[in-house]
Amino acid sequence: MKKYVLKRVGMSLLTLLIIVFVLFVLVRIMPGNPFPSERMSAEQIANKRAELGLDKPVLVQFWDYMTKLLQGNFGKGTSLYNGAPIKTVLKTAVSNSFRIGGLAILIGTAVGLLLGITAALNRGKFLDGFCTVFSIIGVCVPSYVFLIFLQYYFSYKIPVFPYFFDINRFAFSSILPSVSLSLFTMSTVARFTRNEMVEVMDSDYVRLAESKGIYGSRLVRRHVLRNALIPIVTVLAPLIVDLLTGALVVEKIYGINGIGKLMVDAIAGEGVDYNYVLALGILYSALYIGIMLVVDLLYGVLDPRIRVSARGD
Amino acid sequence: MAIKNQKIPAVETAGAAYTPVPGDFEPLRDRDIQTDANFASQGYWKGVAVHFFRNKRAVVGLVIVTIIIILAIFGPVLNSYGYKDIVSVSVDGKQIVARGISPQIAGLFRNEASNPLFADRTFLFGTDDLGRDLWTRTWQGARISLIIAFVTIIIDMIIGLSFGLISGYFGGTVDGVMQRFVEIANSVPRLVIVSVLAIFMPKGMGLVIVALLLTEWIGMSKIARAEMLKLKEQEYVLASRTLGARPMHIIFKEILPNTIGPIITQVMFSIPTAIFTEAFLSFVGVGIVLPQCSIGSLIEDGFNNITTLPYQILPPIIVLALLMLGFNFIGDGFREALAPKLEDM
Repeated sequence: MKKYVLKRVGMSLLTLLIIVFVLFVLVRIMPGNPFPSERMSAEQIANKRAELGLDKPVLVQFWDYMTKLLQGNFGKGTSLYNGAPIKTVLKTAVSNSFRIGGLAILIGTAVGLLLGITAALNRGKFLDGFCTVFSIIGVCVPSYVFLIFLQYYFSYKIPVFPYFFDINRFAFSSILPSVSLSLFTMSTVARFTRNEMVEVMDSDYVRLAESKGIYGSRLVRRHVLRNALIPIVTVLAPLIVDLLTGALVVEKIYGINGIGKLMVDAIAGEGVDYNYVLALGILYSALYIGIMLVVDLLYGVLDPRIRVSARGD
Repeated sequence: MAIKNQKIPAVETAGAAYTPVPGDFEPLRDRDIQTDANFASQGYWKGVAVHFFRNKRAVVGLVIVTIIIILAIFGPVLNSYGYKDIVSVSVDGKQIVARGISPQIAGLFRNEASNPLFADRTFLFGTDDLGRDLWTRTWQGARISLIIAFVTIIIDMIIGLSFGLISGYFGGTVDGVMQRFVEIANSVPRLVIVSVLAIFMPKGMGLVIVALLLTEWIGMSKIARAEMLKLKEQEYVLASRTLGARPMHIIFKEILPNTIGPIITQVMFSIPTAIFTEAFLSFVGVGIVLPQCSIGSLIEDGFNNITTLPYQILPPIIVLALLMLGFNFIGDGFREALAPKLEDM
């Protein structure tokens, strides 16, 4: 197990380092000149470049950047948020995205599990059919479409919720984005729980437990759910990564200053400079790889079989 | 022949005379041969097809996708308006544009609030805020989205298949290096790739295709490698190698044809991902450039006008959802047909 953890952590760090390096080089070789040559003399430009360290070789620049980065310094942004330090902007973004994404994961998993269990216990009846249809719709329609409809009906037609995100009323205004984000998770979890539970309920050991006289919630809790849950964790992992690293379009539509919205700005090239692209790319990759790593290691804790196969590796 | 035939009954009946009847010497035709219908042997693909078409969902998916593809091909032509034409009439030398007309069918159904100048026109899905016909635009958008999806998936399939098959066949160091590369490529978030690409490339179809190319091949290569690991130990590969076949011949001529099943399944699941990603990129503003349109850019247009023209967002969303549904159903159907469980037989 220790060897496996070390190997996974090492691989993740190496990957991150490679990504950061490639991003850095790409941003440095980007076309364009930050200094207007017609208004500055050659000497001034040379001074400015020396001041920013742009005259050194790329590897040295990379080393400088990495040492600053490890101290938590992303450098300064110039065009977005009036030149505020990138770190401050990113901090707000991460906390907003994490709170809304976290809420969405909670809602999605809880309701999804409930739906899946209900469907499996009522196999072939109305509730089962309802669950199937619901999960098909949830998977086929993008979450931002749900948000557009929720926003249209519950903020515009019947003004119950705020039309845009309002940081001062955080809990209230995060309901619509969280609910719409949670629908995909909800339907995936519901479908998987149902299928897994049906499979486990048909297995020999559950039949044996039943024949011993165990029934009802005790049977479901102690014998069925426990074994049905492990594959569900496997399905949840990538969803958690996606939700926590910011839902781009949802954040854009609802005006949430999260990682996703920053990313959209960076992609669309609006009000974001190259420092931002670099910092965002690093942050996003780090989050993505970090969460994947945590989830991967969690599997090992949850399912002994994975531990064993990892040891054999 | 005749003598022989006469002899057999003669032996059986021990001396009794046999009188031949005319039918005895006619050849058996195909219609007379009875094959055992219950335990008939079937070709592999025939079995798959039978399983696939027995699956209701898969058939529904196939029908949905076929209808949408037909409409995407012929839909824009069924209308007299082009996808970038602005519908207008001239009244007293002034051009009046058909802005924001909700869905109407000439002579049957129309919203009283719509511009009466266009009462004799049919706009099945209505017109947008600039006066373009949404029926044409929706199917044009579906056409563009489908083209993007198919082009990227075909290229991805070629790249992923070659990568995965080669990696799996050679094993050892080659496999180790190639798999580390896959591992690293797999953990680069798609959005980071897109954001960097957006700086270097102009917006448009090219960007969407390259972004999809860089990420989608990984899944394909993983499946190809797994298939290769399963198949390369089989006797026919050994036989081919013994006869002196070169590795490339074995990989692409002997093993590749046997991996087609899982690959088709993967393709069916990749197409909706591609359509979804395209929709998302166009929504964000780096996808399709105006006046061209795709499902994603149509949804974005609809979103921008949702308070004034709420009907505008519906057609692209419904087409998107149906495409996702259809391809997912087909993919599920294929997966089940290729590896049928005992209970389904």
